[in-house]
Amino acid sequence: MSKRVGMEVSIAVGEAVGLCNVDVVAAYPITPQTHIVEHLSEMVADGHLDAEFIPVESEHSAMSCCIGSTAAGARTYTSTSAQGYALMSEICYIASGLRLPIVMNVVNRALSAPISIWNDHSDMMMSRDTGWIQTIAENGQEAVDLTIHAYKVAEDPRVLLPFQVNMDGFILSHMIEPIYMPERSEVDAYLPPYKPVIRLDPQKPVTFGPVGMPDVYTEAKMAQDVAFKNSKAVVIEAWKEFGDKFGRYYKPVETYKAEDAETIIVTMGSLSETAMSAVDHLRDGGMKVGLARIRLWRPFPTEEFFDAIKGAKNLVVLDRAMNFAGDSGPVCMEIKSILFDRGHSANVFNFMAGLGGRDVTVQNFEEMVQKAATSKAPAAYEIINVRE
Amino acid sequence: MAKETGIISWKELNLGVAITTPGNAAELRTGDWRSQRPETDQETCNKCSMCYIFCPDMVYSKNDEGFYVQNYYHCKGCGICAKECPVDAITMVQEEH
Repeated sequence: MSKRVGMEVSIAVGEAVGLCNVDVVAAYPITPQTHIVEHLSEMVADGHLDAEFIPVESEHSAMSCCIGSTAAGARTYTSTSAQGYALMSEICYIASGLRLPIVMNVVNRALSAPISIWNDHSDMMMSRDTGWIQTIAENGQEAVDLTIHAYKVAEDPRVLLPFQVNMDGFILSHMIEPIYMPERSEVDAYLPPYKPVIRLDPQKPVTFGPVGMPDVYTEAKMAQDVAFKNSKAVVIEAWKEFGDKFGRYYKPVETYKAEDAETIIVTMGSLSETAMSAVDHLRDGGMKVGLARIRLWRPFPTEEFFDAIKGAKNLVVLDRAMNFAGDSGPVCMEIKSILFDRGHSANVFNFMAGLGGRDVTVQNFEEMVQKAATSKAPAAYEIINVRE
Repeated sequence: MAKETGIISWKELNLGVAITTPGNAAELRTGDWRSQRPETDQETCNKCSMCYIFCPDMVYSKNDEGFYVQNYYHCKGCGICAKECPVDAITMVQEEH
Protein backbone atom coordinates (compact mmCIF):
# COMPACT_ATOMS: atom_id res chain seq x y z
CA MET A 1 0.00 0.00 0.00
CA SER A 2 1.10 3.55 -0.72
CA LYS A 3 2.25 5.52 2.29
CA ARG A 4 1.29 9.18 2.60
CA VAL A 5 4.35 11.21 3.47
CA GLY A 6 5.18 14.88 3.86
CA MET A 7 7.98 15.46 1.40
CA GLU A 8 9.58 18.18 -0.71
CA VAL A 9 8.24 17.67 -4.23
CA SER A 10 11.75 17.52 -5.80
CA ILE A 11 12.76 14.77 -3.37
CA ALA A 12 9.52 12.92 -4.08
CA VAL A 13 10.22 13.09 -7.83
CA GLY A 14 13.73 11.75 -7.19
CA GLU A 15 12.18 8.89 -5.20
CA ALA A 16 9.74 8.23 -8.05
CA VAL A 17 12.62 8.00 -10.53
CA GLY A 18 14.28 5.53 -8.14
CA LEU A 19 11.07 3.49 -7.98
CA CYS A 20 11.20 3.29 -11.79
CA ASN A 21 14.51 1.42 -11.44
CA VAL A 22 16.46 3.60 -13.84
CA ASP A 23 19.84 2.30 -15.03
CA VAL A 24 21.48 5.63 -15.85
CA VAL A 25 21.08 9.16 -14.53
CA ALA A 26 23.09 11.79 -16.41
CA ALA A 27 22.49 15.31 -15.17
CA TYR A 28 24.04 18.68 -14.47
CA PRO A 29 22.72 20.69 -11.53
CA ILE A 30 20.78 23.89 -12.20
CA THR A 31 18.34 25.80 -10.04
CA PRO A 32 15.48 24.93 -9.47
CA GLN A 33 16.03 21.34 -10.66
CA THR A 34 18.97 20.73 -8.29
CA HIS A 35 17.27 18.83 -5.48
CA ILE A 36 15.99 16.11 -7.81
CA VAL A 37 19.40 15.13 -9.13
CA GLU A 38 21.13 15.71 -5.79
CA HIS A 39 18.74 13.22 -4.27
CA LEU A 40 19.32 10.72 -7.06
CA SER A 41 23.07 11.14 -6.65
CA GLU A 42 22.70 10.36 -2.93
CA MET A 43 20.53 7.34 -3.62
CA VAL A 44 23.17 5.93 -5.98
CA ALA A 45 26.08 6.78 -3.63
CA ASP A 46 24.30 5.23 -0.64
CA GLY A 47 23.50 2.05 -2.55
CA HIS A 48 19.73 2.56 -2.51
CA LEU A 49 19.57 2.75 -6.29
CA ASP A 50 21.53 0.40 -8.54
CA ALA A 51 22.27 2.87 -11.34
CA GLU A 52 25.12 4.74 -12.97
CA PHE A 53 25.10 8.40 -11.98
CA ILE A 54 27.08 10.36 -14.58
CA PRO A 55 28.02 13.84 -13.29
CA VAL A 56 28.45 15.40 -16.71
CA GLU A 57 30.09 18.74 -17.52
CA SER A 58 27.02 20.27 -19.18
CA GLU A 59 23.41 19.65 -20.11
CA HIS A 60 24.51 19.12 -23.70
CA SER A 61 26.54 16.16 -22.44
CA ALA A 62 23.73 15.04 -20.13
CA MET A 63 21.37 14.51 -23.04
CA SER A 64 24.15 12.99 -25.13
CA CYS A 65 24.82 10.44 -22.36
CA CYS A 66 21.11 9.71 -22.15
CA ILE A 67 20.99 9.07 -25.88
CA GLY A 68 23.98 6.72 -25.82
CA SER A 69 22.80 4.76 -22.82
CA THR A 70 19.21 4.49 -24.03
CA ALA A 71 20.46 3.32 -27.43
CA ALA A 72 22.40 0.62 -25.57
CA GLY A 73 19.17 -0.51 -23.90
CA ALA A 74 19.28 1.31 -20.53
CA ARG A 75 16.41 3.07 -18.81
CA THR A 76 17.66 6.62 -18.58
CA TYR A 77 16.78 9.80 -16.72
CA THR A 78 17.76 13.44 -16.71
CA SER A 79 16.34 16.72 -15.50
CA THR A 80 17.06 20.37 -16.17
CA SER A 81 15.71 23.94 -16.19
CA ALA A 82 15.80 27.08 -18.37
CA GLN A 83 19.40 27.86 -19.51
CA GLY A 84 20.30 24.21 -18.98
CA TYR A 85 17.47 23.23 -21.26
CA ALA A 86 18.59 25.80 -23.82
CA LEU A 87 22.08 24.27 -23.92
CA MET A 88 20.63 20.77 -24.09
CA SER A 89 18.05 21.53 -26.75
CA GLU A 90 20.22 20.68 -29.76
CA ILE A 91 20.42 17.08 -28.56
CA CYS A 92 16.75 16.85 -27.59
CA TYR A 93 15.72 16.84 -31.25
CA ILE A 94 18.11 13.93 -31.82
CA ALA A 95 16.56 11.89 -28.98
CA SER A 96 13.12 12.14 -30.57
CA GLY A 97 14.35 11.61 -34.13
CA LEU A 98 16.14 8.43 -33.02
CA ARG A 99 12.99 7.36 -31.12
CA LEU A 100 14.74 6.91 -27.75
CA PRO A 101 12.41 6.74 -24.72
CA ILE A 102 14.34 9.04 -22.38
CA VAL A 103 12.38 10.61 -19.52
CA MET A 104 13.22 14.12 -18.31
CA ASN A 105 11.70 16.44 -15.74
CA VAL A 106 11.95 20.06 -16.76
CA VAL A 107 11.56 22.14 -13.63
CA ASN A 108 10.21 25.22 -15.34
CA ARG A 109 12.15 28.45 -15.00
CA ALA A 110 12.39 31.71 -16.93
CA LEU A 111 15.05 32.17 -19.59
CA SER A 112 17.62 34.97 -19.22
CA ALA A 113 18.08 37.93 -19.68
CA PRO A 114 17.63 39.36 -17.15
CA ILE A 115 18.86 36.38 -15.15
CA SER A 116 15.95 34.81 -13.38
CA ILE A 117 15.93 31.55 -11.48
CA TRP A 118 12.18 31.83 -10.93
CA ASN A 119 9.25 30.15 -12.51
CA ASP A 120 7.54 30.67 -15.83
CA HIS A 121 7.06 28.51 -18.92
CA SER A 122 9.61 29.97 -21.33
CA ASP A 123 11.78 26.82 -21.22
CA MET A 124 8.76 24.59 -21.75
CA MET A 125 7.57 26.63 -24.73
CA MET A 126 11.08 26.63 -26.18
CA SER A 127 10.90 22.83 -26.10
CA ARG A 128 7.51 22.69 -27.79
CA ASP A 129 8.64 21.47 -31.22
CA THR A 130 11.36 19.02 -30.17
CA GLY A 131 9.15 15.98 -30.70
CA TRP A 132 8.99 15.05 -27.01
CA ILE A 133 5.71 14.04 -25.44
CA GLN A 134 4.96 16.61 -22.74
CA THR A 135 2.82 16.70 -19.65
CA ILE A 136 2.70 19.33 -16.91
CA ALA A 137 1.98 18.75 -13.23
CA GLU A 138 -0.33 20.80 -11.05
CA ASN A 139 0.88 19.55 -7.66
CA GLY A 140 3.44 17.27 -6.02
CA GLN A 141 1.36 14.13 -6.30
CA GLU A 142 0.94 14.73 -10.01
CA ALA A 143 4.67 15.37 -10.47
CA VAL A 144 5.37 11.93 -8.94
CA ASP A 145 2.60 10.15 -10.82
CA LEU A 146 3.34 11.76 -14.19
CA THR A 147 7.03 10.78 -13.90
CA ILE A 148 6.17 7.11 -13.42
CA HIS A 149 3.53 7.36 -16.17
CA ALA A 150 6.13 8.91 -18.51
CA TYR A 151 8.28 5.75 -18.55
CA LYS A 152 5.22 3.58 -19.14
CA VAL A 153 4.26 5.57 -22.24
CA ALA A 154 7.73 6.37 -23.60
CA GLU A 155 8.88 2.74 -23.59
CA ASP A 156 5.66 1.31 -25.00
CA PRO A 157 6.65 -0.40 -28.29
CA ARG A 158 3.80 1.51 -30.00
CA VAL A 159 5.39 4.81 -28.89
CA LEU A 160 9.18 4.78 -28.31
CA LEU A 161 9.49 8.54 -27.94
CA PRO A 162 11.17 10.70 -25.30
CA PHE A 163 8.94 12.18 -22.62
CA GLN A 164 9.23 15.53 -20.82
CA VAL A 165 7.36 16.02 -17.55
CA ASN A 166 7.11 19.71 -16.70
CA MET A 167 6.72 21.04 -13.17
CA ASP A 168 6.80 24.62 -12.00
CA GLY A 169 10.08 25.67 -10.38
CA PHE A 170 9.93 26.60 -6.66
CA ILE A 171 6.13 27.06 -6.63
CA LEU A 172 5.98 23.29 -7.00
CA SER A 173 9.51 21.87 -6.84
CA HIS A 174 10.41 23.33 -3.44
CA MET A 175 7.07 22.85 -1.67
CA ILE A 176 6.62 20.26 1.04
CA GLU A 177 3.40 18.46 0.25
CA PRO A 178 1.58 15.35 1.43
CA ILE A 179 2.26 12.74 -1.24
CA TYR A 180 1.23 9.11 -1.60
CA MET A 181 4.52 7.38 -2.47
CA PRO A 182 3.87 4.08 -4.23
CA GLU A 183 5.62 0.87 -3.16
CA ARG A 184 8.32 -0.55 -5.41
CA SER A 185 6.23 -3.70 -6.00
CA GLU A 186 3.32 -1.56 -7.20
CA VAL A 187 5.53 0.35 -9.63
CA ASP A 188 7.11 -2.92 -10.82
CA ALA A 189 3.64 -4.27 -11.57
CA TYR A 190 2.78 -1.13 -13.58
CA LEU A 191 6.10 -0.63 -15.36
CA PRO A 192 7.67 -3.67 -17.05
CA PRO A 193 11.44 -3.66 -17.79
CA TYR A 194 12.44 -1.69 -20.89
CA LYS A 195 12.79 -3.89 -23.97
CA PRO A 196 14.44 -1.93 -26.80
CA VAL A 197 13.36 -2.77 -30.35
CA ILE A 198 16.70 -1.82 -31.91
CA ARG A 199 19.76 -1.32 -29.73
CA LEU A 200 23.52 -0.93 -29.92
CA ASP A 201 24.92 -4.45 -29.85
CA PRO A 202 28.40 -5.49 -31.06
CA GLN A 203 27.00 -8.92 -32.01
CA LYS A 204 24.39 -7.33 -34.26
CA PRO A 205 25.73 -3.97 -35.43
CA VAL A 206 23.34 -1.12 -36.26
CA THR A 207 23.82 2.51 -37.22
CA PHE A 208 21.93 5.12 -35.20
CA GLY A 209 21.71 8.62 -36.57
CA PRO A 210 22.90 8.27 -40.18
CA VAL A 211 22.66 11.11 -42.68
CA GLY A 212 19.17 11.49 -44.13
CA MET A 213 19.44 12.78 -47.68
CA PRO A 214 16.63 14.86 -49.23
CA ASP A 215 15.16 11.63 -50.61
CA VAL A 216 14.45 10.25 -47.13
CA TYR A 217 14.22 13.13 -44.62
CA THR A 218 10.55 13.87 -45.39
CA GLU A 219 9.65 10.20 -44.98
CA ALA A 220 11.56 10.12 -41.67
CA LYS A 221 9.59 13.13 -40.36
CA MET A 222 6.32 11.58 -41.57
CA ALA A 223 7.06 8.36 -39.66
CA GLN A 224 7.96 10.39 -36.55
CA ASP A 225 4.81 12.50 -36.84
CA VAL A 226 2.53 9.48 -37.18
CA ALA A 227 4.16 7.84 -34.14
CA PHE A 228 3.80 11.10 -32.21
CA LYS A 229 0.12 11.52 -33.06
CA ASN A 230 -0.57 7.88 -32.21
CA SER A 231 1.07 8.29 -28.80
CA LYS A 232 -1.93 10.21 -27.46
CA ALA A 233 -4.02 7.04 -27.24
CA VAL A 234 -1.23 5.30 -25.31
CA VAL A 235 -0.87 8.29 -22.95
CA ILE A 236 -4.57 8.00 -22.12
CA GLU A 237 -4.50 4.19 -21.90
CA ALA A 238 -1.51 4.34 -19.50
CA TRP A 239 -3.37 6.87 -17.31
CA LYS A 240 -6.33 4.49 -17.17
CA GLU A 241 -4.09 1.63 -16.06
CA PHE A 242 -2.39 3.97 -13.58
CA GLY A 243 -5.78 4.84 -12.10
CA ASP A 244 -6.80 1.21 -11.86
CA LYS A 245 -3.56 0.33 -10.04
CA PHE A 246 -2.97 3.42 -7.89
CA GLY A 247 -6.45 4.90 -7.55
CA ARG A 248 -5.61 8.28 -9.08
CA TYR A 249 -7.08 8.91 -12.54
CA TYR A 250 -5.72 11.52 -14.95
CA LYS A 251 -7.04 13.05 -18.17
CA PRO A 252 -5.43 15.17 -20.91
CA VAL A 253 -7.62 18.14 -19.94
CA GLU A 254 -9.03 18.62 -16.45
CA THR A 255 -12.06 20.80 -15.84
CA TYR A 256 -13.45 22.50 -12.76
CA LYS A 257 -17.02 23.77 -12.76
CA ALA A 258 -16.78 24.20 -16.53
CA GLU A 259 -20.02 22.45 -17.58
CA ASP A 260 -22.32 25.48 -17.42
CA ALA A 261 -19.62 28.17 -17.39
CA GLU A 262 -19.93 31.25 -19.60
CA THR A 263 -16.33 32.22 -18.94
CA ILE A 264 -13.62 29.56 -18.77
CA ILE A 265 -10.09 30.18 -17.54
CA VAL A 266 -7.45 28.11 -19.35
CA THR A 267 -4.27 27.33 -17.41
CA MET A 268 -1.39 24.90 -17.21
CA GLY A 269 0.55 23.79 -14.15
CA SER A 270 0.50 24.90 -10.55
CA LEU A 271 -1.37 28.20 -11.05
CA SER A 272 -4.48 26.16 -11.70
CA GLU A 273 -5.14 25.74 -7.98
CA THR A 274 -5.13 29.52 -7.55
CA ALA A 275 -7.50 29.76 -10.51
CA MET A 276 -9.84 27.25 -8.86
CA SER A 277 -10.06 29.48 -5.78
CA ALA A 278 -10.94 32.39 -8.08
CA VAL A 279 -13.63 30.27 -9.75
CA ASP A 280 -15.17 29.45 -6.37
CA HIS A 281 -15.11 33.08 -5.28
CA LEU A 282 -16.62 34.39 -8.51
CA ARG A 283 -19.32 31.72 -8.43
CA ASP A 284 -20.21 32.85 -4.92
CA GLY A 285 -20.80 36.25 -6.50
CA GLY A 286 -23.12 34.72 -9.12
CA MET A 287 -20.78 34.58 -12.12
CA LYS A 288 -20.77 31.40 -14.21
CA VAL A 289 -17.03 30.72 -14.31
CA GLY A 290 -15.07 27.52 -14.81
CA LEU A 291 -11.56 26.25 -15.42
CA ALA A 292 -9.94 24.06 -18.08
CA ARG A 293 -6.45 22.88 -17.22
CA ILE A 294 -4.24 21.41 -19.91
CA ARG A 295 -2.23 18.48 -18.54
CA LEU A 296 -1.08 16.97 -21.84
CA TRP A 297 0.70 19.67 -23.83
CA ARG A 298 2.16 17.51 -26.64
CA PRO A 299 0.59 15.78 -28.48
CA PHE A 300 -2.05 18.49 -27.97
CA PRO A 301 -5.42 16.97 -26.94
CA THR A 302 -7.45 18.95 -29.48
CA GLU A 303 -10.76 17.05 -29.19
CA GLU A 304 -10.65 16.81 -25.40
CA PHE A 305 -9.85 20.49 -25.10
CA PHE A 306 -12.61 21.59 -27.48
CA ASP A 307 -15.14 19.41 -25.64
CA ALA A 308 -14.12 21.05 -22.37
CA ILE A 309 -14.57 24.66 -23.54
CA LYS A 310 -17.10 24.53 -26.39
CA GLY A 311 -19.98 25.83 -24.22
CA ALA A 312 -18.12 28.98 -23.16
CA LYS A 313 -18.73 32.49 -24.50
CA ASN A 314 -15.50 33.89 -23.09
CA LEU A 315 -12.09 32.31 -22.69
CA VAL A 316 -9.39 33.69 -20.42
CA VAL A 317 -6.18 32.08 -21.62
CA LEU A 318 -3.05 32.37 -19.53
CA ASP A 319 0.36 32.34 -21.15
CA ARG A 320 3.53 32.23 -19.10
CA ALA A 321 6.04 32.70 -21.92
CA MET A 322 6.49 35.53 -24.39
CA ASN A 323 5.83 35.28 -28.08
CA PHE A 324 7.09 38.76 -28.82
CA ALA A 325 4.72 40.58 -31.17
CA GLY A 326 3.09 37.36 -32.28
CA ASP A 327 -0.69 37.20 -32.52
CA SER A 328 -0.86 35.68 -29.05
CA GLY A 329 1.15 33.60 -26.58
CA PRO A 330 2.02 30.01 -27.44
CA VAL A 331 -0.88 28.46 -25.52
CA CYS A 332 -3.45 30.91 -26.82
CA MET A 333 -2.23 30.54 -30.40
CA GLU A 334 -2.92 26.81 -30.15
CA ILE A 335 -6.39 27.48 -28.80
CA LYS A 336 -7.32 30.13 -31.36
CA SER A 337 -6.43 27.68 -34.14
CA ILE A 338 -8.68 25.02 -32.65
CA LEU A 339 -11.57 27.48 -32.30
CA PHE A 340 -11.09 28.79 -35.86
CA ASP A 341 -11.02 25.27 -37.34
CA ARG A 342 -14.33 24.50 -35.66
CA GLY A 343 -16.02 27.82 -36.39
CA HIS A 344 -16.27 28.68 -32.70
CA SER A 345 -16.49 32.41 -32.03
CA ALA A 346 -15.56 32.64 -28.35
CA ASN A 347 -14.33 35.97 -27.06
CA VAL A 348 -10.69 35.05 -26.35
CA PHE A 349 -8.63 37.09 -23.90
CA ASN A 350 -4.94 36.27 -23.75
CA PHE A 351 -3.04 37.35 -20.65
CA MET A 352 0.69 37.06 -20.11
CA ALA A 353 1.07 36.44 -16.41
CA GLY A 354 3.47 35.00 -13.89
CA LEU A 355 6.60 35.83 -15.87
CA GLY A 356 9.93 35.19 -14.14
CA GLY A 357 8.33 34.27 -10.81
CA ARG A 358 5.80 37.12 -10.56
CA ASP A 359 2.92 35.98 -8.34
CA VAL A 360 -0.48 35.51 -9.92
CA THR A 361 -3.10 35.94 -7.23
CA VAL A 362 -6.75 34.95 -6.89
CA GLN A 363 -7.55 38.64 -7.32
CA ASN A 364 -5.56 38.75 -10.60
CA PHE A 365 -7.68 35.90 -11.95
CA GLU A 366 -10.86 37.65 -10.84
CA GLU A 367 -9.82 40.82 -12.65
CA MET A 368 -9.06 38.86 -15.82
CA VAL A 369 -12.46 37.16 -15.71
CA GLN A 370 -14.31 40.44 -15.04
CA LYS A 371 -12.58 42.03 -18.01
CA ALA A 372 -13.42 39.11 -20.29
CA ALA A 373 -17.06 39.04 -19.22
CA THR A 374 -17.64 42.74 -19.77
CA SER A 375 -15.63 43.75 -22.84
CA LYS A 376 -14.74 42.64 -26.32
CA ALA A 377 -11.39 40.88 -26.60
CA PRO A 378 -8.57 42.91 -28.10
CA ALA A 379 -6.74 41.33 -31.03
CA ALA A 380 -3.47 41.19 -29.11
CA TYR A 381 -2.30 39.68 -25.85
CA GLU A 382 -2.03 41.76 -22.69
CA ILE A 383 0.78 41.61 -20.15
CA ILE A 384 -0.74 41.98 -16.70
CA ASN A 385 0.75 43.30 -13.47
CA VAL A 386 3.06 45.78 -15.20
CA ARG A 387 4.05 48.94 -13.33
CA GLU A 388 3.74 52.07 -15.45
CA MET B 1 21.63 6.56 -46.05
CA ALA B 2 21.60 3.28 -47.85
CA LYS B 3 20.09 3.07 -51.29
CA GLU B 4 17.40 0.74 -49.97
CA THR B 5 16.01 3.45 -47.68
CA GLY B 6 16.19 6.18 -50.29
CA ILE B 7 13.36 4.86 -52.38
CA ILE B 8 10.98 3.36 -49.86
CA SER B 9 7.78 4.49 -48.17
CA TRP B 10 7.82 6.13 -44.73
CA LYS B 11 6.06 3.01 -43.47
CA GLU B 12 9.05 0.84 -44.31
CA LEU B 13 11.70 2.93 -42.56
CA ASN B 14 13.37 1.36 -39.54
CA LEU B 15 12.58 2.83 -36.13
CA GLY B 16 14.46 6.13 -35.83
CA VAL B 17 15.79 5.59 -39.37
CA ALA B 18 18.37 3.18 -37.96
CA ILE B 19 20.42 1.14 -40.41
CA THR B 20 20.29 -2.51 -39.40
CA THR B 21 22.33 -3.98 -42.26
CA PRO B 22 25.92 -2.91 -41.57
CA GLY B 23 28.50 -2.23 -44.27
CA ASN B 24 26.04 -1.04 -46.87
CA ALA B 25 27.46 2.44 -47.50
CA ALA B 26 28.76 1.18 -50.87
CA GLU B 27 25.13 0.82 -52.01
CA LEU B 28 24.60 4.58 -51.83
CA ARG B 29 24.77 6.08 -55.30
CA THR B 30 26.88 9.20 -54.92
CA GLY B 31 27.55 9.36 -58.65
CA ASP B 32 24.40 11.39 -59.25
CA TRP B 33 25.85 14.32 -57.27
CA ARG B 34 28.34 14.83 -60.09
CA SER B 35 28.29 17.73 -62.55
CA GLN B 36 31.59 16.85 -64.23
CA ARG B 37 32.97 13.41 -65.07
CA PRO B 38 36.69 12.53 -65.07
CA GLU B 39 37.82 10.80 -68.29
CA THR B 40 41.28 9.30 -68.72
CA ASP B 41 43.18 9.46 -72.01
CA GLN B 42 44.97 6.11 -72.04
CA GLU B 43 47.42 7.32 -74.73
CA THR B 44 48.79 9.88 -72.23
CA CYS B 45 48.36 7.88 -68.98
CA ASN B 46 51.57 6.34 -67.58
CA LYS B 47 49.75 4.14 -65.00
CA CYS B 48 51.41 5.96 -62.09
CA SER B 49 48.34 5.38 -59.81
CA MET B 50 48.22 8.94 -58.43
CA CYS B 51 44.49 9.14 -59.30
CA TYR B 52 43.90 5.91 -57.37
CA ILE B 53 45.87 7.23 -54.36
CA PHE B 54 44.27 10.67 -54.21
CA CYS B 55 40.63 9.76 -54.91
CA PRO B 56 38.71 10.37 -51.65
CA ASP B 57 35.94 7.97 -52.66
CA MET B 58 37.94 4.94 -53.82
CA VAL B 59 36.45 5.27 -57.27
CA TYR B 60 39.52 4.00 -59.13
CA SER B 61 40.49 0.37 -59.59
CA LYS B 62 43.19 -1.25 -61.70
CA ASN B 63 42.07 -3.16 -64.78
CA ASP B 64 43.76 -6.12 -66.49
CA GLU B 65 45.91 -3.82 -68.67
CA GLY B 66 47.17 -1.89 -65.63
CA PHE B 67 45.11 1.28 -66.25
CA TYR B 68 43.15 2.88 -63.42
CA VAL B 69 39.45 3.10 -64.30
CA GLN B 70 36.61 5.04 -62.67
CA ASN B 71 33.47 3.62 -61.06
CA TYR B 72 30.92 6.28 -61.94
CA TYR B 73 28.37 4.86 -59.47
CA HIS B 74 30.41 6.49 -56.69
CA CYS B 75 32.44 9.26 -58.41
CA LYS B 76 31.18 12.66 -57.15
CA GLY B 77 33.17 14.55 -59.77
CA CYS B 78 35.38 16.40 -57.29
CA GLY B 79 38.20 16.68 -59.83
CA ILE B 80 41.04 15.87 -57.44
CA CYS B 81 42.28 13.09 -59.78
CA ALA B 82 42.44 15.50 -62.73
CA LYS B 83 44.26 18.08 -60.63
CA GLU B 84 46.81 15.59 -59.30
CA CYS B 85 47.50 13.66 -62.51
CA PRO B 86 51.19 14.46 -63.27
CA VAL B 87 50.79 13.93 -67.02
CA ASP B 88 47.40 15.68 -67.45
CA ALA B 89 45.77 12.50 -68.74
CA ILE B 90 42.47 13.15 -66.93
CA THR B 91 39.96 15.68 -68.27
CA MET B 92 36.78 16.80 -66.47
CA VAL B 93 33.89 16.52 -68.94
CA GLN B 94 30.56 18.30 -68.35
CA GLU B 95 27.71 15.89 -67.57
CA GLU B 96 24.68 16.34 -69.84
CA HIS B 97 21.90 15.42 -67.35
